[in-house]
Amino acid sequence: MNNVRNKKRANKSLPFFFKDEFKVFFVIIFVSTILLVTTFTFDKVPPILNRGIQPATFPKGLLVLIMFLTAVIYYLSFKNPWKKEKKLPKPFFLTIFSFILFIIISKTLDFFLAISVLSIFVSYNWGEKRIFYLLLVGILFPLVVFIFFEMILGLRFPPGIITNLYYY
Amino acid sequence: MMAPLFSSKLLIVLIFGTLFGLILGVLPGLGPTTGGALILPFTMTLDPLSAIVLLTSIYCAGTYGGAITAVLINTPGTPAAAATCLDGYPLAQKGEAGRALGMATVSSTVGGIFSVIVLVFFAPVLAQLAYEFGQPEYFALAIFGLTMLASIGEGSPIKNLIAGAFGILISTIGKDFMTSIDRFTYGINELSVGIGFIPVVVGLFAISEMLTQSTLLDQVFKRVALKAVKLPSLNDYKKTWKTILRSSGIGSFIGVLPAEGGTVASLIGYSEAKRFSKEPEEFGKGSIEGIAGAEAANNAATGGAMVPTLALGIPGSATTAVILTGLIIHGVRPGPDLFREQPDFLYGIFGAMLIANVLFFIFGFFGAKLFARITLVPNKILWPMIFAVSVCGTYSLSQSIIDVWIMLFFGVLGFFMRRFGFSVVPVIIGLILGELVEGTLRQSLVIFDGNWLMFLTRPIALTFFILSLIALAFPLLRSKKQKK
Repeated sequence: MNNVRNKKRANKSLPFFFKDEFKVFFVIIFVSTILLVTTFTFDKVPPILNRGIQPATFPKGLLVLIMFLTAVIYYLSFKNPWKKEKKLPKPFFLTIFSFILFIIISKTLDFFLAISVLSIFVSYNWGEKRIFYLLLVGILFPLVVFIFFEMILGLRFPPGIITNLYYY
Repeated sequence: MMAPLFSSKLLIVLIFGTLFGLILGVLPGLGPTTGGALILPFTMTLDPLSAIVLLTSIYCAGTYGGAITAVLINTPGTPAAAATCLDGYPLAQKGEAGRALGMATVSSTVGGIFSVIVLVFFAPVLAQLAYEFGQPEYFALAIFGLTMLASIGEGSPIKNLIAGAFGILISTIGKDFMTSIDRFTYGINELSVGIGFIPVVVGLFAISEMLTQSTLLDQVFKRVALKAVKLPSLNDYKKTWKTILRSSGIGSFIGVLPAEGGTVASLIGYSEAKRFSKEPEEFGKGSIEGIAGAEAANNAATGGAMVPTLALGIPGSATTAVILTGLIIHGVRPGPDLFREQPDFLYGIFGAMLIANVLFFIFGFFGAKLFARITLVPNKILWPMIFAVSVCGTYSLSQSIIDVWIMLFFGVLGFFMRRFGFSVVPVIIGLILGELVEGTLRQSLVIFDGNWLMFLTRPIALTFFILSLIALAFPLLRSKKQKK
């Protein structure tokens, strides 16, 4: 209980723009505004064909509702500040980095290679240093999954430098 | 009822589903929702009944499986087992892990079977009522479902509403189904068909959990030794039978309401068990009634949640949303017509749920020790493997790499949502109900010639709107009462 109180106090002492409440409020309002602006670019149905409401009306209503409710939670946070979250550790950022790496490799080189690289990268950065286990999660397991999906589901994976060796 | 299940293929599917569900339930961070979403692509190789039998058996067994880790390592395998930790672990620490797991197994089985009976009798009645529903009634019902989810689901009601609205917003991406006008596609062709359910579910559950696990690497679990699961003694039965029955009723009822199913049910089941107990002071210290109350309720929610899913096509929980997707993928449209046209199919599902409850009792009773060992697999090995399956599973449904990127996006989003107290379940329910909400609203407005007030002239719709308002007011009244 004391811990929570201390955390709340810690959050209270920060300038408003550093507080989680404001960051969440700002991000939701910012993204919703962009989306709301986008809805004004949707094509309109000519009046003669229009039945009910325009295609943009429903998303517009939802976005306004989201913005209104976000303003309400921000207002309520003045009375009840959120507890301050712990700082995110290094492995979290490395895992996010591995996702970016995955997207780049799967787009430019090979889907299977991307899975292998991510698996080894994540496993290593989460503390696994034994070569056997790194090979198990990075090569053996993805290979089993690949063959399983290929044979059982008849799935064709996107072409790439390694996948092509299997297909051709 | 069981006739369609007396085929070796379906029995194998049931056994596999139950075992797989137990493994998913035991592993903290995974669970029947993520597991169901991951296995959905594999069900494409099965006929519709086998596919849904597989998903429902995973649902039943996965919900129970969470109790094993809750008792032995004080970490709920699934959110629905959180209340089980409160007494399961203290009892295990006293050297009675076998007794705690025995009670969890028996009460889960009773709760599960009770809820299947509720399902068998209640779902056809609800389906019959649904014949009276037109577009305005379905719209009002969907709104009621979302408001219930916000008010009795976990966390802040307003944050739940935002998450639900966001889920509906995602469903509007792609071509408008009435006019074929592109919405939020930004010129990306792949987005014109909309965002698939599987990338979102796998992202919000599996990938966001992977990110959560990356922040918990220094966490050390203290495991309690388990010799064998023991059946509860006669004295334990005498002490708990009323609690088990009460929690089974509570769980089934909560399950029927569109909410977070087992999670909410187990918390209410637990608190009611404490309220009615002759020894409330024992709760939190290893009360056998506490375990029975929580476990009977969370498993009873499984059958309850299937009632609106099958009768109305409105999911009662996140896992039933996956099952609903499975039904749609296999060309089965839930609703009243399903009860009239495919009774064998439905009774096959009911029977499968009944057998799954018996199977997890057997597997849990004899194999809990073995299943508990699965938690020994370190996260640094387990999660990269889950990532590989998630990626291939997500890719396989539409064979689109964009789906994999969407999955990663929702994984990161889901992590931050959970970090700041937004539940991800309303997003899933909103996504699956989105088309229904928008479609029925627009079609109703066509019927009403654009007059919104006409909704109030329909008695059933009006009732649902009033119930929605009550659902929204409920958290306010509750917090005022708590302050007093």
